[in-house]
Amino acid sequence: MTDSAPSRESQLAAVARADRPPADYSGLRTALISLAIVVVLLLFWEGMKAFSAANNYAVTIGGTEIDLTIFNNSQLPHLGDIAASFMEPAQRNGPPLYQTLLDAVSFTLVSAIQGFLIGAGIGFALAVLFAHFGFLSRGLMPFVVASQTVPILAIAPMIVIWFGRAGNSQMAIPVIAAYLTFFPVTIYTLRGLTSVPATAVELMETYAASKLEILVKLRLPNAIPQIFTALKIAATSSVVGAIIGELPSGFQNGLGIAILNFARYYNQSPERLWATIFVAGLVGILFFAFIALVERLVVRWKPKESS
Amino acid sequence: MASVISISNVNKIFRAADGLSVTALQDINLEISQGEFISFIGPSGCGKSTLLRVIADLIQASSGTVTVNGKPAAEARKNREYGFVFQNATLYDWRTVIKNVQLPLEIMKYSKEERDARAREMLKLVELQDFAEKYPYQLSGGMQQRVSIARALAFQPKILLMDEPFGALDEMTRERMNNELLSIWARLKDMTVIFVTHSIAEAVYLSSRVVVMSPRPGKISEIIDIDLPRPRGPETRDMDAFFHYTSEVRHALRGTKPVDRSGAVIRDGAIE
Repeated sequence: MTDSAPSRESQLAAVARADRPPADYSGLRTALISLAIVVVLLLFWEGMKAFSAANNYAVTIGGTEIDLTIFNNSQLPHLGDIAASFMEPAQRNGPPLYQTLLDAVSFTLVSAIQGFLIGAGIGFALAVLFAHFGFLSRGLMPFVVASQTVPILAIAPMIVIWFGRAGNSQMAIPVIAAYLTFFPVTIYTLRGLTSVPATAVELMETYAASKLEILVKLRLPNAIPQIFTALKIAATSSVVGAIIGELPSGFQNGLGIAILNFARYYNQSPERLWATIFVAGLVGILFFAFIALVERLVVRWKPKESS
Repeated sequence: MASVISISNVNKIFRAADGLSVTALQDINLEISQGEFISFIGPSGCGKSTLLRVIADLIQASSGTVTVNGKPAAEARKNREYGFVFQNATLYDWRTVIKNVQLPLEIMKYSKEERDARAREMLKLVELQDFAEKYPYQLSGGMQQRVSIARALAFQPKILLMDEPFGALDEMTRERMNNELLSIWARLKDMTVIFVTHSIAEAVYLSSRVVVMSPRPGKISEIIDIDLPRPRGPETRDMDAFFHYTSEVRHALRGTKPVDRSGAVIRDGAIE
């Protein structure tokens, strides 16, 4: 029955001896692995292009001819061409593409951050309400879930129209982004607020603590690791939401419209769309990384269940 | 001595979702005196932890009353007369050791200076003053439990309730913790301790009285006075009287009668 007890004790003792967690290079290792994956993907990209060109864009495997024209230069540009396109003007006599994209990023990022803040705020408030009032949770949760099964593309135009009527059409974009971001925050925060050990609550009750004190001193700190998980998801989806929100908004300044325009001219210059896609992906990654950095600064303890 | 806690005719019936009901406590009557160290012992399911939680007003009795100095247990809880130590230390992972000890003091609105002074004093009491700024995960199981005792004592409760606090520790650590607990109790005069355990040696070593409980339905089968001299120490465990009391408790748990040393062991096929 107590077979495993000594080993557990000695593990704990080992932990107690260590002032800080043992120095590890997992951060460096992760970076190297990510770099290696990028290199492999780039090699695969150029390798497929070279292979297809050498075989005249068709191979026959087991009697079936496979069309490889998607790897030609007008369908899938060389990585070097994509990189070079940043320096060339997107329109005749216009600024270089990187300048256009930087402007688009700053427009989209402002909407994404606003949407992130609105969505996180609403998501958090809903989670606190749901955690304290079971009937609200049971009554409203189905609608919260249903809201995410409706395609955002169907709702976005209505939001644009409503905010246009209200005379603040620019707010439509953050609101559409918020529509995507509040959901993970509600779900994860609710789980963090409610997954508190029974004895931890009993402890508070022996102090005759109020519900508010239990929320502030127990449930909220307990939820912080999960809240950060949610915020990281929300950060990336707020960028997606802002890009989608721009499409019906009529605003021409963001990444969404840039993607739409460059897609229209894909056959003439595919590298511009690819350049824009890379930039859009990078914006989401950087937003995610920023939240992860804040998490490392805030969460100094070792959460029981790492999410 | 005047009794500080009076438990009279307490019953607790748990109703399960399938409609079956379990009698966790049946007709519990007990008087506990000021400054007493009393243990509840019994096999799993005898209701000892349930009884502790009824006393603490963490769960409500189905019938009967618990009074503390003549007032209902609920009032004692609201007056913050109880310190509670759980089987797992129940430290808050996100708080350092000293912040964990300060938790009750924050809720009870002590000033910042007083919180700090008291928490440091309590950590000294459990000999963890050098670990104040560590996080719980950096401590061994025994150290975590000492922090939780410091936290329970920080606001000087009149009654300390302990629910198998050393159950997860190895035997050597447990005996050391027993000694520390006794010396703390001796220093804090008049503090009443109610201690739940399933270790016979621990119950006898610590207590002035051992309440033996039996399961299904949970009730008190015997109360044994432990008349060993204090202060108690490692030599107490070698006394003939110590063996006598442990065997008396063991027989009470089995529901058998002790026999003299030379006699045959009574075989009854019961637990242990």
